[in-house]
Amino acid sequence: MEIPEIVGAGLIVIGAGIGIGRIGGSAMDAIARQPEATGKIQTAMLIAAALIEGIGFAALFAK
Amino acid sequence: MRRKISLKLITSFLLLTAFVSFGQNEVEQVPEHEPKTDKKTEIKEYIQHHLMDSYDFGLFSYETDAGEDKHFGFPLPVILWDNGLKVFSSSKFHHGETVAEVDGNFYRVHHAKIYKVDGIDGEIIEDAHHHATNEKPLDFSITKNVSLIFMVFGILFFMFSRMAKAYKNNNGMPTGMGRFLEPIVLYVRDEIAIPNIGEKHYKRFMSYLLTVFFFVWIINLFGLTPIGMNLTNNIAVTFCLSILTYLITTFSGNKNYWKHIFWMPGVPVPMKIILAPIELLGTFIKPFALMIRLYANITAGHIVLMSIIGMMFVFHNWIGSSLSFLLAFVLGILELLVAALQAYIFTVLSALYFGMAVEEHHHDEAH
Repeated sequence: MEIPEIVGAGLIVIGAGIGIGRIGGSAMDAIARQPEATGKIQTAMLIAAALIEGIGFAALFAK
Repeated sequence: MRRKISLKLITSFLLLTAFVSFGQNEVEQVPEHEPKTDKKTEIKEYIQHHLMDSYDFGLFSYETDAGEDKHFGFPLPVILWDNGLKVFSSSKFHHGETVAEVDGNFYRVHHAKIYKVDGIDGEIIEDAHHHATNEKPLDFSITKNVSLIFMVFGILFFMFSRMAKAYKNNNGMPTGMGRFLEPIVLYVRDEIAIPNIGEKHYKRFMSYLLTVFFFVWIINLFGLTPIGMNLTNNIAVTFCLSILTYLITTFSGNKNYWKHIFWMPGVPVPMKIILAPIELLGTFIKPFALMIRLYANITAGHIVLMSIIGMMFVFHNWIGSSLSFLLAFVLGILELLVAALQAYIFTVLSALYFGMAVEEHHHDEAH
């Protein structure tokens, strides 16, 4: 692994981490505001997190 | 009742004899021909080896104090097409250390792939990029991964035929296996299929969604057992699963689906022309992402888990080793969650794509 690749991999992980973190945080807010919609919010949260994760992994493995 | 017990006895006896007969010829003595590498490289090699498919079903192997490798497991059939069908046992390779001779042809395993070599001492010739240049016969072998697919197929068939029988015999009341599976099946129907596909069309896709959910889930769970088999970190397997999703989506797509791809309603004409190729590309990217997600998640999980287990041997003191044991334990539980989560995600996203394909058009809806 060359140095630019390592830096790139780090950037990808940071980006994906921020993205998933924001999704999780927003879902927490939403659940706190409307506890009765917990199930729906969780599903949407998981799907969105999985989509970001997929992009992150694709970028990591496509080096 | 008696019949049941005798059946169980026979099965367990058969299984036992199978293992005993496998065990006999598997103790190998391999002369030490290269200097032993240090612990870190050894762990790295072990992880890489673990992630690869292999021609024999190795359960575990270790090195004795005398420096000989002992392998426990059993060989699997190798099926090659090389100017005619060649079928032989993978024990001829001696865990990839020797050349197998079949009908005057010589084969050698190199990085978990079979290559043809010249003679009994034939070597793999590598080019500048460390790719083997030897001829590669067409390979239809029952490898470890393929045998696991058969096994999961058998388990699924057993589980669901038991479930169906339980319903039949008890007037629709689930017993045994049915009691375990019914909530999961209902969950897939009520929480995944109906919300994403809709009441009208969901029944067509239920069989696929249920199959893919249980298949991926059970495979992922098998990957966590100490037998050390993992299928979903083979990209070919996830590729096939996502190809199925792609084909079903494409062939069940109705007029509206294709209209939304090639001539998006509700946007100006220049925008339509720009959107069409993007949308078309999107139909390929969706299953591609499905493939990468499952593959990468499981592979990454395995690498991390095994690295942390390997750290136990690197640290060699009681604080570090017990800490990495604890970490490995917690991560193992997390992987248990990931195993189910990835199966769920794959099913939900497949259902989402099917839902897009069969969605009815609403004239009053703004785009």
